[in-house]
Amino acid sequence: MDVLYFAWVRERIGIPREKVDTTATTVAELVEELKAREERYQAAFADLSALRVALDQDLSDFDASLDGVREVAFFPPMTGG
Amino acid sequence: MDIRVQEVPFDLGHEVEVFTDRQINMGAVVTFTGITRDLPGAGMDRMEMEHYPGMTERALTQIAEEALARWDLGDVLIIHRYGILRPQDRIMMVATASRHRAHAFEAAEFLMDYLKSRAPFWKKEVTVDGSDWVAAKEDDEKALDRW
Repeated sequence: MDVLYFAWVRERIGIPREKVDTTATTVAELVEELKAREERYQAAFADLSALRVALDQDLSDFDASLDGVREVAFFPPMTGG
Repeated sequence: MDIRVQEVPFDLGHEVEVFTDRQINMGAVVTFTGITRDLPGAGMDRMEMEHYPGMTERALTQIAEEALARWDLGDVLIIHRYGILRPQDRIMMVATASRHRAHAFEAAEFLMDYLKSRAPFWKKEVTVDGSDWVAAKEDDEKALDRW
């Protein structure tokens, strides 16, 4: 699946998007998999309460299932307007 | 409904004229414009507005559809810029048209409240001393409760 990062999440991880092969069934499991990879992921995902997640471009939450999901995006709370 | 996400500036006066001219039997047009502020004492050079192409358009369309369903509106316009913005630049605008002003005012406020917390934009302020991502305000999230 495609995993996208925005704002300071993108800066901490160092890339805007990547393809991830995963067996994770929920967003939370995917986060744990990523954190286990490298320190930069731990830095980005240290505080999940400071993060938001979108599944296929709809806001979702960390308990949500990844079943059928093609695009996951992680980012801080939004500051438009 | 007219939703635009763009890097280039927009002409506020022109957009309001065109939006107003195309309404039929609408007694009220309300517009809101967001402007890049300077940071007091910090010497802001620019603001960098990042967004999530695809989701942004989708989220703004959903918010506009919700407003059209909840109020007696003839039309909704949202223009939101991304990229580099300087102090005094127009960041975004919304316009609502209704037969009655109360609906136009309320819907415009609803659009702004939702857009601030639910449309995937992120602001970074760049000053002479460095740069910082703007943190979301708790009040912005609370503002959604009244709707």
